[in-house]
Amino acid sequence: MTRDLTLMTVSEALDGLAAKDFSAVELAEAHIHAVEAARPLNAFVTETPEIALAQARAADARRARGEARALDGIPIGVKDLFCTEGVLTTAGSHILDGFRPTYESTVTANLFRDGAVMLGKLNMDEFAMGSANITSHYGPVISPWSQGTLAQRDASMDGAGELTAAARQPRPVQEWVWTRKLVPGGSSGGSAAAVAARCVMAATGTDTGGSIRQPAGFVGIVGLKPTYGRCSRWGIVAFASSLDQAGPMTRTVRDAALMLGSMAGYDPKDSTSVDRPVPDYAAALTGDVRGLRVGIPKEYRIDGMPAEIERLWQQGMDWLRTMGAEPVEISLPHTKYALPAYYIVAPAEASSNLARYDGVRYGLRVDGASLREMYENTRGEGFGAEVQRRVLIGTYVLSAGYYDAYYLKAQKVRTRIADDFRAAFERCDVVLAPTAPSAAFAIGERMDDPIQMYLNDVFTVPANLAGLPGISVPAGLSAERLPLGLQVIGRPFDEETVFKVAGALESAARFEEIPPFVASRA
Amino acid sequence: MSLDKATVAKIAHLARIKVPEDEQEHLAGELSRILDFVEQLAEVETEGVQPMSSVVAQKLRRRPDVVTDGNIRDKVLANAPDGAEGFFAVPKVVE
Repeated sequence: MTRDLTLMTVSEALDGLAAKDFSAVELAEAHIHAVEAARPLNAFVTETPEIALAQARAADARRARGEARALDGIPIGVKDLFCTEGVLTTAGSHILDGFRPTYESTVTANLFRDGAVMLGKLNMDEFAMGSANITSHYGPVISPWSQGTLAQRDASMDGAGELTAAARQPRPVQEWVWTRKLVPGGSSGGSAAAVAARCVMAATGTDTGGSIRQPAGFVGIVGLKPTYGRCSRWGIVAFASSLDQAGPMTRTVRDAALMLGSMAGYDPKDSTSVDRPVPDYAAALTGDVRGLRVGIPKEYRIDGMPAEIERLWQQGMDWLRTMGAEPVEISLPHTKYALPAYYIVAPAEASSNLARYDGVRYGLRVDGASLREMYENTRGEGFGAEVQRRVLIGTYVLSAGYYDAYYLKAQKVRTRIADDFRAAFERCDVVLAPTAPSAAFAIGERMDDPIQMYLNDVFTVPANLAGLPGISVPAGLSAERLPLGLQVIGRPFDEETVFKVAGALESAARFEEIPPFVASRA
Repeated sequence: MSLDKATVAKIAHLARIKVPEDEQEHLAGELSRILDFVEQLAEVETEGVQPMSSVVAQKLRRRPDVVTDGNIRDKVLANAPDGAEGFFAVPKVVE
């Protein structure tokens, strides 16, 4: 029996390519089939099989010449927030209808420079605003952890038209029927679903308040938000510029380290990108955590946290202690204020960033009698409900008379939150916390109250406000047999220690659960 | 903090988003709840605290004030919903 090429990790695939066990084109073809098979998940906005094959052929040619690059031939998906030259880029929004950037984002350019192969653009919450991937103009993404079955039905009655029933031949089709649709988390929900369902080997995500780590936790994969400034934001559709950061989503910690090595780096086109060397992150995966102090923030024991999350967190501490690390209790006193500060800073910056969507230069235009009416019609129709809410809140908190009370106050609270971490990192080397306060929920649940949805990010938002690196590692299953993640937060630009501890957790947790929906079996 | 319908209409105008009148009431309720939620920041003592302006301690770099790109008019216009003769076209602005 031939090997299922879609079940491998990035590092296994690189070994296989180097050993000539298979070619990059074979690897790309297997994944193109998987992407097609995974359509019931609605994880992609755009599939790009021709680009994938062309890039794979180029990768094979380089390898044949002995010039293989770091990720040569690895098939990935790209969150639809990254501008890709000539390829539709929507940010999950109606307002970017038909937008084909004439330039390439720095992060995707770096990945392509190193030989990555793009299978397509991944669905996401509109403008990355959401924690369940239900706000996309292109419809919700369904988690591969949802329960469903392959059922047969007769498609001959579809689109009943002129033909009489007698003239129709029965046309049996196999279709995936969901019994309960779970959310993959968000906003990088398409990235999370595609990696977990084994139709891409790795994906790019972005994380403004948890949008890489929370979905990674929900679908049982690894997701890293690097230190603010580590990856260039150039060419990524901006949400909240002081918080946004790109990062990898993969099935193993090693794969995340390999991906970040290509994604990261100084970029003169992003004034906040940091000019410091990119280390060999995979080299940090020694498994040796002896003597490391692991901070356990007492304020993260929030009211109403499910017992199974508490247990998993305790399990994480025990694993690390067994391996020679030392858990220490720390205090992050302003934790409670992270979400409220975030819900001022992020909407304020979003209202400013999203001012550019005016129906003049790109995307949707809805006509009006005057220029002003054209703006208002375009933005009223082009933005979905959650985006409108946040732009309105942002406009309000920045408006005359309220700026000091809201925005300035929130930026001061943010300083306090960053100071909390600075003080904590005098006593510990990393912080260990749950990724999210619950496992994935069903589409339709928690959707009436925006605040309830915001609480998903209670453990992830602080790292964004303080600019710190954080990773989610799959660590166990809930009572409902859904993945739960543990989060490791590190000092600024100390992704190496974050990876090291994450790798140790990964080897202790031995999370090998596969979701019910796997592309190559669908 | 509670927003009324008139305030919602005013911010919607500032944000250049058309919000139909029959949605303003509902939106006022939602936005008020979000503002109530962020109101708890008032509890935090921030006397003398510097507002965070940059999350990473680094000075913004400077570069020579020279042209580094340009002559890409067609690329700039490539995605315009409406354009004519090398310009973006918009509804009449000046009467």
